[in-house]
Amino acid sequence: MSTFIDGLSLGAIYALIALGYTMVYGIAKMLNFAHGDIIMVGAYTILTTLELTGNPYLAIAFSIVICTISGVVIEKLAYKPLRGASPLAVLITAIGVSFFLQSIAQLIYGSKSRPITLPDFGKMSIGSQEINVNTVITLVVGGIIMAGLTLFVKKTNTGRAMQAVSEDKGAALLMGVNVNRIIMITFAIGSALAAFASLFYLMQIPSITPTLGSMPGIKAFTAAVIGGIGSIPGAMLGGVLLGLIEKICLSIPAIGPYTTAIEFSLLIIILLVKPIGILGKKIREKV
Amino acid sequence: MSDIMLETKNLGISFGGLKAVQDVNLKVKKNELYGLVGPNGAGKTTVFNMLTGVYQPTTGTFFLDGEELKGKSQEKINHKGIARTFQNIRLFSNMSVIRNVLVALHNQSGFRYTPFDAMLHTPKYYDVEVRMRDRAKELLDVFGLLEERNNLACNLSYGTQRRLEIARALATDPKLLLLDEPAAGMNPNETAELMSIVKRIRDDFDLTVLLIEHDMKFVSGLCDEVTVLNFGTTLIQGETKEALNDPEVIKAYIGG
Amino acid sequence: MSKYISNVKKQFKFKHIATWASVLLVLIVLIILNGAGALNRSTIGLLSRIAYSIILATSLNLVVGFLGELSLGHAGFMCLGAYIGTFVASLLRNVIDSDLLVLILSMLTGGLVAAIFGFIIGLPALRLKGDYLAIVTLAFGEIVRNIFKNLEVFGGAMGYPSKTYKAKDLFIIAFVVVVIVLILIQNLIRSKHGRAITAIRDNEIAARAMGINVTFYKLFVFVIAAFFAGIAGVIYGHYTTPVLYTTFSYNYSIEILVMVVLGGMGSINGSIIAATLITVVNFLLQSKLSGDLAALRLLVYALILIAVIIFNNAPAFKPIKERLSLSRIKAKKVEKKKDIINDDAAEWNRIETKINVDAIFTPDLPHRDEVDQDGTEDSEKEGE
Repeated sequence: MSTFIDGLSLGAIYALIALGYTMVYGIAKMLNFAHGDIIMVGAYTILTTLELTGNPYLAIAFSIVICTISGVVIEKLAYKPLRGASPLAVLITAIGVSFFLQSIAQLIYGSKSRPITLPDFGKMSIGSQEINVNTVITLVVGGIIMAGLTLFVKKTNTGRAMQAVSEDKGAALLMGVNVNRIIMITFAIGSALAAFASLFYLMQIPSITPTLGSMPGIKAFTAAVIGGIGSIPGAMLGGVLLGLIEKICLSIPAIGPYTTAIEFSLLIIILLVKPIGILGKKIREKV
Repeated sequence: MSDIMLETKNLGISFGGLKAVQDVNLKVKKNELYGLVGPNGAGKTTVFNMLTGVYQPTTGTFFLDGEELKGKSQEKINHKGIARTFQNIRLFSNMSVIRNVLVALHNQSGFRYTPFDAMLHTPKYYDVEVRMRDRAKELLDVFGLLEERNNLACNLSYGTQRRLEIARALATDPKLLLLDEPAAGMNPNETAELMSIVKRIRDDFDLTVLLIEHDMKFVSGLCDEVTVLNFGTTLIQGETKEALNDPEVIKAYIGG
Repeated sequence: MSKYISNVKKQFKFKHIATWASVLLVLIVLIILNGAGALNRSTIGLLSRIAYSIILATSLNLVVGFLGELSLGHAGFMCLGAYIGTFVASLLRNVIDSDLLVLILSMLTGGLVAAIFGFIIGLPALRLKGDYLAIVTLAFGEIVRNIFKNLEVFGGAMGYPSKTYKAKDLFIIAFVVVVIVLILIQNLIRSKHGRAITAIRDNEIAARAMGINVTFYKLFVFVIAAFFAGIAGVIYGHYTTPVLYTTFSYNYSIEILVMVVLGGMGSINGSIIAATLITVVNFLLQSKLSGDLAALRLLVYALILIAVIIFNNAPAFKPIKERLSLSRIKAKKVEKKKDIINDDAAEWNRIETKINVDAIFTPDLPHRDEVDQDGTEDSEKEGE
């Protein structure tokens, strides 16, 4: 049971990151490799603000702001010049940006892992089970954010414009949608979600390294692909599934060490069997 | 052996619930120049895409020279003898003209050698490469492209690119050549030249040609028979002059 | 036989052998220097590193530059080669006396095992494109590492205690392998199979319509590249002990990618130069930059990647690039001359201008299959 709850809350983190990948993929048609490193940026921002002010809430607010700004700036400087270039070029640039962020962090903070103390709300009991309150917070807040995002995309004008751009960029442009603005907003939202993910991540594993974001980032991308890339519910579903699988594998001693291999094998198998993921849509290439 | 080169039986495809093309029945005789015409969006290119294996038809089937090719891959269909050009030109634009043709000569039976012959540059490699180059030059000569052979394909004029695309398709040694709007974007001189080229290659290469074209002068001057498509269904088929003068066809074009 | 010679004469061009011939020349000079005792220990070590880096970069270039698919798992194939190769070598040493023979056999086995995995990982490549494939190859690299970390036969988390080869000879053997790999790769590229591979990169739909077996070539390139990466891994394993899974991380795959991008995608010569350069710089900085300052190196890689790619691909830079392009300048000169000759006809002949974009300043996916400037040769040029 506790494995299940742990899995869910890890899944919520993956889902939040996966949402960033899937939205950017859906709208800008690119794999933002640096997205995982935005989590690292968020984590270090929380650390620094906490050390300077001691106020965890300010730290969280600040990390959301910094993440959003870095997301938008990266888009402007590195990806926007490449709009219309080959996907290979964009992907390699994204890898470059990821490396860039990691090395900057290492130069500033060093490669040693830094401990961080976030407020601990102790445990609470549901029925006979003892559960960390932090886990519950992750689940509840994560759920609210995802519900909010779904509403935002479905109900607001900006959200509908995002859907239009993801469907057909050219047509959206003709309909008067400011595509550049929409792409910028997408990066901003995705990065803000990554800030939340970094908070929840630190609540589970309270130590920070410059490469903190890369593994969760790659796994979250896996989650997005499993759920069907470009699909918002797909990213959530994939994230939760992957979180559960990871925790369940880790809880079995015989296969525990091979968890990473199992998760990535799952990715390869899914891509082979159903390349569009569970909830993805088929894209037809025009001839 | 019948004298029918291409036969389609109730060929149709639907995307989602939408029937893009349905019940197309073509009978193209050997050595015939056959036109496929119709207003924009009538499903002409979709028919080509089905015949070349890009799309798999959802209903019906088709035969090339009596052999059923439905369900085969694009490569396989090309090996069996259907070659095509594209509406929006798809040359290997960063390759030289001769290299475009050399790529298309890849599968011809006389030009086989293994990757290991290639890596070790065996005598076979040299022999085949020399002959391939000669063959490519012959083909380019037919299309008046010999002088251009070392230019990049993307630097050619539009009309020349279209000619190169036909030369490239011919290099795969097809029985049936599908031309998707070969005269689009050409000036009257180029169009006239193209007409004579198509006639000539039909005779010289023993070809059957199925072509999509909007230029009615081109179609009526070239094609023996036509099929007119409208909204994915066959409006009329028959001899070119009669079919094109049919009131239904005129209505479909002018819009009724 | 005489036909063979005449065929060879028709096809032969000095530049076709220039690459490997110059590497061979460098090797001969090095052997002489080594014999005279002019090379110290660390230089000899560096030479082995350069050798396997060149193999890694050129083989990755085959996938990224010529086939046009991104592989982020090249270090994974190297990892397989390093572990399997040195493991097999330790077994063979019990049976075979000759160290050289053991090394060669272990290289072949390491390469073959990597090639088998290249085949397996190439299978998704048939259905997937671009980003997805990149992720699959990345996942593959991580899976390989994760498994070797947990296998006790291979030393588990401590790494496999491989036996290093005599450093003085290793670099010579490694460079001989480099020459062989270069000959094989360049010969392949300059054949109809190479043309098919670049055709897939340029326009996959057209390549299919021309009857090119895309499936076969994608798999083939993956297998060949994996084979060579495996061999590079075996050389690495005979150079470093222990063979440790952490070496072959995703970062290492990126480092190889940086070599390819810096040297120019689709340029074998570029890969050789970039691989040498980066390996030497790494070697020099290793002693200078200790601890966290080592991140400066990563920072430089990142900036190189971003700058080179944006400069070569951003639509905004196109005019600048064309102005800088050598052949553009050359072509303009030629054009001017023409103008003088056909002065009165100039008006009418101006419509079609055929200027070839040069290969030197556009080392990226497009523009690689250049033709000779003078346009007198028949043979098409391949991106080199």
